[in-house]
Amino acid sequence: MTVLAVADHRRGALRDVSFELLTAGRELADAAGTDLHAAVVSGDTESFADDLNREGVDHVHAVEHGEEFNHDVYVQAVEALAEDLDAEFVLVPNSVNGLDYAPAVATRTGRTYVSDAIDLAHNDTLEVTREMYGSKVETTVEVADGPYVVSIRGAEWPAAEGVGDAEVSTFDVDVDEDAVGSTVNGFEEVGGGDVDIADANFLVSIGRGIEEEENLELIEALAETTGATLSSSRPIVDNGWLPKNRQVGQSGKQVTPDVYLAIGISGAVQHVAGMKGADTIIAINTDPNAPIYDIADYGIVGDLFDVVPALIEEFGGEPPSV
Amino acid sequence: MKVLVTVKEVAAVEDDFEISGTEIGSTYLDYDLNEWDDYAVEEGVQLAEAGDDVEVVAVTIGPERSEETIRMALAKGADRAVRVWDDAIEDVELLDVETKAQLLGAVVEEEDPDLVLSGVQANDDSFGATGVALAEELGFQWAAVVNDLDTETVLDEGVASVRRELEGGVEELTDVQLPAVLTIQTGINEPRYASLRGIRQAQSKEIAPKSLDDLGLDAGVVESSLDVTAMYEPETESDAEYIEGDAGEQAGQLADVLRDKGVVGE
Ligand SMILES: Cc1cc2nc3c(=O)[nH]c(=O)nc-3n(C[C@H](O)[C@H](O)[C@H](O)COP(=O)(O)OP(=O)(O)OC[C@H]3O[C@@H](n4cnc5c(N)ncnc54)[C@H](O)[C@@H]3O)c2cc1C
Ligand SMILES: Nc1ncnc2c1ncn2[C@@H]1O[C@H](COP(=O)(O)O)[C@@H](O)[C@H]1O
Repeated sequence: MTVLAVADHRRGALRDVSFELLTAGRELADAAGTDLHAAVVSGDTESFADDLNREGVDHVHAVEHGEEFNHDVYVQAVEALAEDLDAEFVLVPNSVNGLDYAPAVATRTGRTYVSDAIDLAHNDTLEVTREMYGSKVETTVEVADGPYVVSIRGAEWPAAEGVGDAEVSTFDVDVDEDAVGSTVNGFEEVGGGDVDIADANFLVSIGRGIEEEENLELIEALAETTGATLSSSRPIVDNGWLPKNRQVGQSGKQVTPDVYLAIGISGAVQHVAGMKGADTIIAINTDPNAPIYDIADYGIVGDLFDVVPALIEEFGGEPPSV
Repeated sequence: MKVLVTVKEVAAVEDDFEISGTEIGSTYLDYDLNEWDDYAVEEGVQLAEAGDDVEVVAVTIGPERSEETIRMALAKGADRAVRVWDDAIEDVELLDVETKAQLLGAVVEEEDPDLVLSGVQANDDSFGATGVALAEELGFQWAAVVNDLDTETVLDEGVASVRRELEGGVEELTDVQLPAVLTIQTGINEPRYASLRGIRQAQSKEIAPKSLDDLGLDAGVVESSLDVTAMYEPETESDAEYIEGDAGEQAGQLADVLRDKGVVGE
């Protein structure tokens, strides 16, 4: 019985969550009284394996195969490793690539899958803490039958540090190329354009609370009056109301302004991933329980359609009637 | 060509709610079509509009109440629907991914579609996993978090040319052989509103109920390995300073904060 943590990398670099995974894996290994194995599949496995050799890691396995992530290769490699190591727990990041292969590993190997863990405990069974209903509630879920595949949320565990004394070795997997039914043809950066919201020192950011495209005028007026740059949460961009380069979050831009004014934004984890580094976070929201207040420095519980016009007037502007 | 779209009726909690035991009472819940599935339905309907003879079938696992939501998918252009439900399912508090994949898998095997579209995640229990687990269950190919699908190649060449949306504004360009499951990301299209005509037509479209028996499954399938032992409001980590008062007072104090931080001049 072991814990197997499978790292995430992209375009030549390990992603941060890989090191957080090692911390979560170490905790779980301690609770279950077992070893922590880390694995990296594809890419520059030699240097990745070195880097994964951090304090608390007992063994690092490198599976050489191609450069970039391919889910078919990952499923085969992780299946083989998990079997070879008799891994009771397979831990992966709840990243976009994690979403693309972890459920398949669980199905193929008959493991129970639990996703997006924010805390883990192990007594006789595995206990996973996870959120539901858009982060409004937390649940403790007891997972009856092992072995397990668990994906963990980013930024919930600190990154493992230091240099460990793990045994580093390569692990050969005979990849069945016929079973590889998807081909990755390349990558593209999106969301370029005239404005880089990452450069702004004051962002006025709008979310679904604005309700209608016409109402955006109000927020544009606020940005203009205060000299702020306009950004948004995802639904505003999904709706085509603002271009992609205005989107803050996991799949948009990461921003670190002096002030981030979040208006009508609930504070979903994927949004917060893009703006939690702001110096001062101010939230305006009608819902006093909105998760955005967890990371806000200042909170205004109120209706944006009342507060924003008043704020425009404070700075001598004229609020449009929406 | 046949396209199957998995759709879930999801619950959102109201601003004020109470937890009793490990549940939230239905008086505090609002039910709606899962946001991601709305985009998946639209993608299916657009394929039907672009191709000849494309049938779009919506499939859900849900109680009778969810028919209202399924009708929305029909009103937006799905041709018919299948609703899986059973007393044995009703008894399960939280269906795990494996169970959902097996139930949906049984329907897929009956329907034999070329393409299955699901959402990236269900907004209530947010596993983000059912589509990929379903693909593996069926031996289909798959791609997760798809925000672009090339209509022509999927209709004409049996290949789904997709973009997968990765983190940080990077997209991966991938080709996937059919039959396949794609998990659809929001923003891939602009979901239409149901027209009055669509809503009227939906009334006469079929929603076929399927029990475990109908699908040739036994009750053991739905034994969930997940047991919710606690549900609570997260302890607030907030050390936010709340600005009180009416809107005018709040705006006044906020203006002071912004001036104080030096981001807005006098
Ligand atoms: C793989 C993946 C990637 C994602 N990437 C991103 C990303 O990069 N960026 C991102 O933002 N999201 C991303 N999301 C989506 C994310 O999960 C949320 O759905 C999204 O952030 C919600 O946006 P929102 O807060 O504007 O909307 P909601 O969650 O709907 O919140 C709207 C808020 O407005 C408040 N409100 C309503 N009316 C008013 C009013 N009159 N005055 C004041 N407040 C009001 C409500 O109380 C609510 O809190 C991603 C999701 C996935 C699965
Ligand atoms: N009960 C259900 N009925 C139909 N489809 C579902 C159900 N649960 C999940 N799905 C599909 O799987 C996707 C991902 O859900 P989940 O893995 O639960 O986050 C959803 O967007 C739906 O398309």
